[in-house]
Amino acid sequence: MGSKRVIMEVQKTALYNYHKNLGAKFVPFAGYEMPIQYKDGIVKEHISTRTHAGFFDVSHMGQFFLEGDETLITALEKIIPADLKNLKINHSKYSFLLNNEGGIIDDLIITRTEKGFCIILNAACKENDIKQISQFLKKNHKHLLNNDLSLIALQGPKSVEILEKLIPGVTNLKFMTGNNFEYEDENLYVTRSGYTGEDGFEISISNKKVEKLIDYLISNEVKPIGLGARDTLRLEAGLCLYGHDLNEKINPVEANLRWAIAKKRKEVGGFNGWEKIKDLLANGSEKIRVGIKPDGKVIARENTKIFSSDNNEIGFVTSGTFGPSVNAPVAMGYVKSEFSEVGTSIQLEVRGKKYGGKISELPFYKKSYVK
Amino acid sequence: MSEKKFSKKHEWVSLDGDVATVGITKHATEMLGDIVFVEVPDAGKAVEKEGQAAVVESTKAASDVYSPISGEITEGNKAIADDPGSVNTDPEGASWFFKLKIKDKGEYESLMSKDEYDKFCKENPS
Repeated sequence: MGSKRVIMEVQKTALYNYHKNLGAKFVPFAGYEMPIQYKDGIVKEHISTRTHAGFFDVSHMGQFFLEGDETLITALEKIIPADLKNLKINHSKYSFLLNNEGGIIDDLIITRTEKGFCIILNAACKENDIKQISQFLKKNHKHLLNNDLSLIALQGPKSVEILEKLIPGVTNLKFMTGNNFEYEDENLYVTRSGYTGEDGFEISISNKKVEKLIDYLISNEVKPIGLGARDTLRLEAGLCLYGHDLNEKINPVEANLRWAIAKKRKEVGGFNGWEKIKDLLANGSEKIRVGIKPDGKVIARENTKIFSSDNNEIGFVTSGTFGPSVNAPVAMGYVKSEFSEVGTSIQLEVRGKKYGGKISELPFYKKSYVK
Repeated sequence: MSEKKFSKKHEWVSLDGDVATVGITKHATEMLGDIVFVEVPDAGKAVEKEGQAAVVESTKAASDVYSPISGEITEGNKAIADDPGSVNTDPEGASWFFKLKIKDKGEYESLMSKDEYDKFCKENPS
């Protein structure tokens, strides 16, 4: 047995120097030095994504490719509760890796490819994810975490018009589908998807060509967007952030993500944690993820305690910020299920003082996906 | 109104008789980024030198605003609580945080001058 080698060195994406030249402020994130914001700041970056288009370097995320025959589907369906058997080539689904208790090991996007699947994994989870998935793989299943590829998200209402000029044909992609395209004599994989609530694309491109793509985007007034605005955009869109809104102790029913478990799989099961989830699907969970709107301007950040109007502690906030497009504070958190109805009055304890708020519908900001 | 004096916690103070006006510096707003929430103290509240007196939040994080000087609050600036973004626009002018009746002018005198503060910021980049 060899000893475990731990690599502590901070990692950088292929665009690190490019970000630096764009005036990025960096923060350590999941072992990477990542831009939190650029010169414009979070609010302007957020608004320009919603009104024009922005690009995000999300190359820290894992691009995990799997190849194999029919048995690969059986293997993956043991840990992923999506209907992979009926997933068409070039179609994507939002799903998760589940543990034996039905807890979410990671949330992910899985796309059927010609030869198998591509799974996009969260940066902080990717190594453990691969370990978890590998338990179910057979010798004839090939897998690769491809670090030679960058991943660029282009998001916002002008994305389609701008990308179509560079990569003809992307207009034809529908939300949560993808395809191969040619760019600079190389293959690109583009999906119509994202994490902002806007129309847009995620582009998997070789590290060698990524700067050229960004040059083009910038020449079309697409702004660079950091992790700061990525967080305010996704929260307004009601989307979960793993490690905050989701973790291994939270299951998809509690996370209000039962829609992401395929109908067929809900009936038949056969995946990690099925017994637990079957029971939760039938009887509901004790707590559930909800949207929260503070009444005033106060921001209820992560770990803010939530109280009922008669002062009983009923839950906690998992994400909270100021939503620039909503022009008000927004939050998500978990409350006891009996308090989860939209419109329920709650109290949020911020700096020792209680402020009023309401359970709100999600998303806070209406999406405009192309279906 | 006296010349502005500055604290290491990035507040400014100006003095008019025994009433001081306190705000956060332009440098502080640049570090904070977009300000989206402000809480100012109510009149009558006693504050100690370097004691927590107000709260400012940007899209990134919440920060306490300390009073560089002790005294009793006479007024919190409600206008910035209603329009937190105005602190980014005019931090050292209309967007002051609070006024207080001071006890010890020596506390004011011991703060940094504009030149000293600029030098301090240069030597302590964050």
